[in-house]
Amino acid sequence: MKKAASLFASALFAVLLWQAVVTLGALPRFILPGPVLVAETLWKSRALIAEHAVITIAEVLIGLMLGALLGGLSAIGLATSPVARTLIRPMMVFSQAIPVFALAPVLTLWLGYGLSSKIFMALLIIYFPVTSAFFDALMRTPAPWLDLARVMGAHPRRIMWHIRVPAALPGFASGLRLAAVYAPIGAIIGEWVGASKGLGYLMLLANGRAKIDLMFASLIVLAIFTLLLHAGVDRFCRHYLDGKSRTAKAI
Amino acid sequence: MPTRHALPLQSYDNARKRHGNTTPATLFDDLPVSAFHRPAQDWGIYMTPAPSLLISGSAWFDGTLLFGPLQLTIGAGKWTCLLGPSGVGKTTLLRLVAGLDAVTRFDGHLNASDDLPLAGRTALMAQSDLLMPWLNVTDNVLLGARLRGKTPDHARAARVLGRVGLSDHTRKTPDALSGGQRQRVALARTLMEDRPIVLLDEPFSALDARTRSQMQDLTVELLSGRTVLMVTHDPAEAARLADTILIMTETGISSFPPPPSPAPRAVDDGETLKTQGQLLALLRQTTQQDESV
Ligand SMILES: Nc1ncnc2c1ncn2[C@@H]1O[C@H](COP(=O)(O)OP(=O)(O)OP(=O)(O)O)[C@@H](O)[C@H]1O
Ligand SMILES: [Mg+2]
Repeated sequence: MKKAASLFASALFAVLLWQAVVTLGALPRFILPGPVLVAETLWKSRALIAEHAVITIAEVLIGLMLGALLGGLSAIGLATSPVARTLIRPMMVFSQAIPVFALAPVLTLWLGYGLSSKIFMALLIIYFPVTSAFFDALMRTPAPWLDLARVMGAHPRRIMWHIRVPAALPGFASGLRLAAVYAPIGAIIGEWVGASKGLGYLMLLANGRAKIDLMFASLIVLAIFTLLLHAGVDRFCRHYLDGKSRTAKAI
Repeated sequence: MPTRHALPLQSYDNARKRHGNTTPATLFDDLPVSAFHRPAQDWGIYMTPAPSLLISGSAWFDGTLLFGPLQLTIGAGKWTCLLGPSGVGKTTLLRLVAGLDAVTRFDGHLNASDDLPLAGRTALMAQSDLLMPWLNVTDNVLLGARLRGKTPDHARAARVLGRVGLSDHTRKTPDALSGGQRQRVALARTLMEDRPIVLLDEPFSALDARTRSQMQDLTVELLSGRTVLMVTHDPAEAARLADTILIMTETGISSFPPPPSPAPRAVDDGETLKTQGQLLALLRQTTQQDESV
């Protein structure tokens, strides 16, 4: 309750600050619209915004799930096989030197203007954080647990499945938390480069037509979605992956 | 309100009487107390009769001598207690027998009397409980079976957990247990392993006096016929349980005569108390020598 109150107070303060900047700076509405105007636009254009938001949300969610799945499997693969580590890891690290944004035009060229290029963009941007967070955790299984498993006569594959993976789930969770914040960025960049739908496209369109209020309204929707996504992922992680998770039992 | 720590165990005297005669254990109806009693066709290498262990050599860590050269024999099917000052290398020795010599280098020989490899024939209860925090008590006890790809024997796990007094806690995760309860889960997990050579590193250190003596009786009963090497800091424990008492110091290993009666001995048995006192005096001497150096 106290947290909610503090959150509300903070949001209210931000809105007041925003209004103060607009009023005191006497800024014209096509430079920085005030909160009231943005709220009005948000309400008036709700159908339009919703139509585009649905697309972006779908891209982000699909990208997030695919990225988590692929990142998770890659991390396990890398942790299992020393050969994979020598061959693939340097490549992965090198790939991080390429700004993912720079790839967006090529991705659009290859995958077209539809959903898939944005999903792939989101996937690409979260793949590395998820993989590396999970992989690092997989490589840091407490040695005494591995010793215990060895004395018990365990097969390496079963050690992975019954000990290393469950012990590394909190690391996977921290990767997912980062991914929840990054995935929308990937999707929006994809939409900026080439799209006919989505919040990124709508923001670019509104900007180009000097409808800054619509731009801000879309931005706020995007920010709220990202916050909710992060909160949702955080909840999921806390329930299933952190600390005393029960996932190993189901296996 | 029922008492939380009530153990469904017989009193010490009953346990002793039962141990004295030849009635089979009531707990593992389908599981003979000793590996010797198994049907012959069940004997793989894992079910070989408990061998004795011959250890000779010295252990090195980073170029410095950790212990040795020493020479010892751990009697087949006997209970050997290993005492000695902290840091002398007792855990290291246990880990060597378990095949976990990752950081220490061992120069010498480590053999079983039957000349079969030790791998797969030892169970180790480490100094810390090593429970998996994401598994509940039952699943922790069944971990060995799962890691080996065997069907987990839930009924047997329930019986062992009953014997260590944790029937009411089987669904809890380790973080919901007390230190002594956690140690009993680790003990149950070790007893489930069913190996001819059992290595115990201070297995009862976290238990209260009453539970400790009950767990000692239980462990002696369930591990009878196996080659047991137990590290302990408690002279009373060694005097109660040991067939052989070994004292490890920087200069080597020496043996100390255990009381003549068969283990487990009564806590108030005269010979046991005498051995306990003599042991403590001896350990104090070795510690004092340490301090004067
Ligand atoms: N991984 C390690 N790195 C460095 N030193 C180690 C390591 N493991 C053990 N040692 C050293 O080896 C020596 C023996 O350790 P060990 O754990 O075998 O002692 P112990 O006899 O079991 O002591 P305690 O009774 O306190 O458990 C100690 O001096 C310890 O500092
Ligand atoms: Mg030790």
